[in-house]
Amino acid sequence: MVTLTNPKSETLNSKQNIKIKTNNLKIWYGSHQVMHGVSIDVYENEILAAIGPANSGKTSFLKCINRLNDLIPRSKVEGEILLDDKNIYKLSVSSLRKRVGMVFALPLPLPLTIFDNVAYGPRMHGIKEKKKLSEIVESSLRSSSLWDEVKDRLNSQAMKLSGGQQQRLCIARTLAVEPEVILYDEPCSGLDPISTLKVEETMRELKSRYTQILVTNNVKQAARVSERTAFFLMGELIELEETAQLFTAPKDKRTDDYISGRFG
Amino acid sequence: MLDPRKTEKIMFTLFGLATAIVILPVIIICAFIFIQGLPGISLQFLLDIPRHGMKGGGIAPAIVGTIYLTLATAVFSIPLGVFAAVYLTEYAGEHFLKRLIEISIVNLAGVPSIVFGLFGLGLFVIFLGFGPSILAGALTLAVMTIPVIITASREALTSVPKTYREVSLSLGATKWQTIRHIVLPNAAPGIITGAILGLSRAAGETAPILFTVAAFYLPYFPNSVFDQAMVLPYHIYVLATQVPGVSPKIQYGTVLVLVGLILIMNFSAAYLRAKFRKRKTW
Repeated sequence: MVTLTNPKSETLNSKQNIKIKTNNLKIWYGSHQVMHGVSIDVYENEILAAIGPANSGKTSFLKCINRLNDLIPRSKVEGEILLDDKNIYKLSVSSLRKRVGMVFALPLPLPLTIFDNVAYGPRMHGIKEKKKLSEIVESSLRSSSLWDEVKDRLNSQAMKLSGGQQQRLCIARTLAVEPEVILYDEPCSGLDPISTLKVEETMRELKSRYTQILVTNNVKQAARVSERTAFFLMGELIELEETAQLFTAPKDKRTDDYISGRFG
Repeated sequence: MLDPRKTEKIMFTLFGLATAIVILPVIIICAFIFIQGLPGISLQFLLDIPRHGMKGGGIAPAIVGTIYLTLATAVFSIPLGVFAAVYLTEYAGEHFLKRLIEISIVNLAGVPSIVFGLFGLGLFVIFLGFGPSILAGALTLAVMTIPVIITASREALTSVPKTYREVSLSLGATKWQTIRHIVLPNAAPGIITGAILGLSRAAGETAPILFTVAAFYLPYFPNSVFDQAMVLPYHIYVLATQVPGVSPKIQYGTVLVLVGLILIMNFSAAYLRAKFRKRKTW
């Protein structure tokens, strides 16, 4: 078990509110334990990157926060996850997921038009007025820097967009339900470098309004976009530091080995 | 060692031959019925009641009876079958009871149709007191069709990618909203074609309707679900075995009408499937 109280980052972020807090988080799939007691504070409006090799538990960690791991049969969670100091299991699943949005590894547009994809969330939360929906769709697509590319074809199928556009559509769809937190599960793993840069740019632009957690296999991506980086290994949190600090002077040898490409 | 190109040719011929052997009887039967039955078909044959001890006139009551019966069967079997499929696929957890239900459904689909007929006689006709009626016949056929519809619907439901459900849930939609707006619309084509195929099989069944609805001779149209009705499969059986001296023209004509009705249903299922497949984007 690793408890993280780095004095330096504590003072640095002392003014910031804690948006998400996990206490001694343990996760099992059946009898297989994939997370061994992780405690993390995620600050409001920061971009926190989680890096680590396969099976390090970083995606499991992410899926716990919006309870999407509930869908995995025989999964079990122990420990506390707090959103604004409130245990997420005390909230209804759908209101939790409305507040904690998710962008998946592959671009996953629903088999609907571009407009309907973005409007899907708001509609499910009871917004029916056409004018209101149009406003939401436009502002969401603008926020994900896709509006100019699709504004003339909102009624064409989302599947016809390129991979990078689809992923920015998925970000817009997540933004449309006005979440407070956005989780990214390796959002650029299927994208070309230019699309990747566009998605990263979008994330930076969203920084002022959202708390973002980015799980990525791409160490350089973590270095480019995040303010703090957490290194996971075998279901444990090895190190959590200011990104610049972690990449230049990691405290743990395993972190050093991973970021310099000696394993993973 | 055989030349791989030669074995390729041999296997190809073998597979083609097998296909031909399977298709040939179907074509021969259909062609035979068509050629023999067509001369018997006329407007009067389709619209008139049977006359002269069923040796003349038409078969309108049997056609109408079959259509009524099939529609009533659809009314009972489609909602029940689809709802059960949604429950089993989307809601039921992985436990012993669900496995038991799944096995029962598979076995139910394998029960001989005469058993369904006697079951219908016992439960709907006698115990529930519906008497021989469209209601009793449709319920009997529905019991027989439901396993087919459940199986087809479940296949259609599970073929909707799991990721769509995850996306919908991750946006804060409830499980029912996800099923209603994402899963069902995308599974609908498969469900509809499966249902039509199940019903077309039911429309041609004789044994289940024998004791539950079929009338030997009833020269008018049924006007409530509690009426007995003439139905095509049983009428064919009657003409062929119970009434001596019916001309082959009438016999084949009746068969052609039934086969035609069933083929229309099957083709519309195939058409719907093809149409939806074109729209499918994953």
